[in-house]
Parts: sequence; C-alpha cells; structure tokens
Amino acid sequence: MKISIINYNAGNVQSVLFAMKRLGIKANLTDNIEEIQKSDKVIFPGVGEASSTMAFLKDKKLDSVIINLKQPVLGICLGMQLMCAYSEENETPCLGIFPSKVRKFLFTDPKSKVPHMGWNLIQDLKGDIFDESLEGAFTYFVHGFYVEKNEFTTATCDYIIPFSAAIQKENFYATQFHPEKSGSVGERILTNFLTI
Amino acid sequence: MTLAKRIIPCLDIKNGRTVKGVNFVNLRDAGDPVEFGKAYSEQGADELVFLDITATLEKRKTLSELAKKVASNLNIPFTIGGGISSIKDAETLLESGADKISINSAAYRNPSLIDEIAKRFGSQFLVIAIDAKKMENDWIVHLSGGKIPTSTTLLDWSREVTQRGAGEILFTSMNHDGTKGGFACEIMAKVSQSVSIPIIASGGAGSSEDFYDVFTKGKADAGLAASIFHFGEIGIADLKGYLKEKGISVRI
Repeated sequence: MKISIINYNAGNVQSVLFAMKRLGIKANLTDNIEEIQKSDKVIFPGVGEASSTMAFLKDKKLDSVIINLKQPVLGICLGMQLMCAYSEENETPCLGIFPSKVRKFLFTDPKSKVPHMGWNLIQDLKGDIFDESLEGAFTYFVHGFYVEKNEFTTATCDYIIPFSAAIQKENFYATQFHPEKSGSVGERILTNFLTI
Repeated sequence: MTLAKRIIPCLDIKNGRTVKGVNFVNLRDAGDPVEFGKAYSEQGADELVFLDITATLEKRKTLSELAKKVASNLNIPFTIGGGISSIKDAETLLESGADKISINSAAYRNPSLIDEIAKRFGSQFLVIAIDAKKMENDWIVHLSGGKIPTSTTLLDWSREVTQRGAGEILFTSMNHDGTKGGFACEIMAKVSQSVSIPIIASGGAGSSEDFYDVFTKGKADAGLAASIFHFGEIGIADLKGYLKEKGISVRI
C-alpha cells in the first residue's frame, strides 16, 4: 500500500510520518503531484494558519489536486479546516470539499481557554474511521478554530459549543483532533483509515 | 466540561540523560529520556516536557536529536525547551518532530521572538515558561534558571506573552519548586484568570491532593512535576484514579 503525506509549509507534518512508522507503515512525505495522485491513501495533516497555507497550496497547484483525489484522503486539524468552504481565520476561502464554515472559538469564560488544547471526548461516532470501542474516547486537540456541526459530522466534541471533531464525505475523511498524538486511541483511528 | 486536566511529567535533560534538581541545584541522574517518556506514556501521562539544562554550543543539534528520538517513539504530545533563542532553533525543532517548544529567558530578553514564532509556526507551537519568585508582596519574574531577577511581575509578563501570541504558559513557582509542599495555588489562580490561554502549573507537587488543589483552587489547566514521578512516589495511574474519584475530568 502506498501512502502519501502531503508535505507543505504546515507545522509538524513529521509527526504523522513518525506515527505511520510506529504502525509499521512506510509513508512518503511529498509535495509531488504525480506521487500524491498515484497513492492508495493520502494524508493531509498540519497545524498552522489558514490563509498562508491556502496560498502555499495554490502556488504548488496542490489545491486542485487534493479536491480531485478519488482515493481515501484523511485531513487532520488544519487539513480538516482547509477542506471546508471558508475559514474565519483571516477570512480565507478554502478548498470547498465540505460546504461547512470554520469559525473562531470566542473566549468568554476563563474556564474555557482558547485555543482548545488537550484531551477531550469524541462522541456520537459514525463512519468508517470509527468503531464502537472509540465512543467516548479521549483524543488530543490543539486548535483555535472549529468546524461547525453539519450533515457530514461523524464525531462531535463539546468545548464552548458542540463542534465537528470529525467529518466525512465520500472519500474525504477529516479529524480536528490529532490521531497521531492521541495514544492508542489515535493509532486505532489511523489503522481504521488505513484499512478502508 | 469534559476537557481533561493534563498530567505532565517533566524530564530535565543534561547530556542526554534525565536529571532533576531540588530548587535548581543538586542534580540527580534519573535515567534515559526516551525510555522514561515511553513508560510515562504507557502509565497515562497526557504530555511530556523535556527541558534541556545543558548549556553547550552544540545545543541545537542535541535538542533536535532528542526531539527526533522522542517523536519517533512516543504517541503523545511533547514539548522541548532549554536554551531556545531564535527562529532558526524553533524551525530545527519543528522539523525534528517537536509538537511544542518552550522558551523562557530568551523570550523575556527579546519579546518580539514570541510574535515571530507565533506568526511563523502558530501559537500552539509555543509555550512560554516563566519562573517567578514571591518577593515581599510581588511575584517577580526571574531569568536564567531563576538566577537573575527582573523588574517585571508575573501577572504583567503573563498578559504580555499572551497578547504576543504564546499558546500556553508554564508557570514555575521558585518558592515551591522542589519543596513537595504543594503548588502556588493562590497566584496560580490569578494568572489563570487574567489570561485567555491554558496554564501549566509547576513547582511543589508532593502528593495527589496537591494536584487536586491546583486544578480546583489554582484553576490550572495542567499540572507538571518531575521527581515525584521519576522516583515513583506517585504513580500517574493512581494519581488520575484519585482525581477522577474527586470529580476532576482526567483521561483514563
């Protein structure tokens, strides 16, 4: 199985590569269009800022490549947000795979710090990358923006408001949390994705 | 609210080995960082902090080697700190797989570094570590491992680093560090309530009750400790079991 991890100017794409290695999977960190298109699975990871990352993807012509992928694609964190239509982070039009909007967490209560950082529960799970054993499991989140709940939501997390912890549409999968940093729970989710 | 309070073992690293001092002196060797990290991860640690306290010219290289080793072996987030003072250092560590970096004195001496790192790599990548000591009635920020006092108060500096784009604050009470007499809950609560970002409390953990206190009275988002974990005085699983029983949200 050929796995490509899209390499772009985002934070810590390495950690996904390391996670694959721990699962015994050889993955390629690449921004080569042909290589990405030929892969069996594609992972679109990243943390960072939306507008500069979209500009980078456009510059490398990776935006149209990602939209047109037919194999299973997993977006993680910023990757998930960029798969949506629009992000409030510097008012950025994104890839539009999902029609959803990405909103900013509003800091109103000292009890709920922003960014949302740490381990939180994922609930109401459905779709291919989850299974029953994962209902109510803790996963690791680090984000200041969130995808609203919508018809494509496959996992919900409640922080300030209930938001999409994961979404799925056709061959596109995405998680707001970091499966590569979520201990054995995250490894199970990655394995589920790899066995789709 | 289900966001779990985090338990974070801190591994002080010198020459590639884990050490822990009492009040920043009298270092004791406590083993291999990656093995320790793995053991903690298996016991249920939520994150790890590696603070390199060696001060050599080769620092950047040794830090990046450490980051790479940890990142390839562990499946939980970790922070690397110690002597990071430039964008280049930050970039090297990001490329080595570090999830976060922690900066202390260098951020105070050059505050625009905070803005630059946050802008370039994102706030989530940047933890600002603050060592402070209660002197008369004020909590005063100290630099260089607590050796040099500044004229800035803990609350002022906490607000400033937040505004500049820090993602988290790691506050160590020098009065409490190494005493095992409990965290500095009162000032901790003030810091936590005066900024919008998460706070990691450090310095003084001696018992499970101390963690309960820092999460309730101290309003900390995470609790950090070293020697009590390293020498097995408190097991992380036992600590979390205790906290859960007392109604604190923890990841078990």
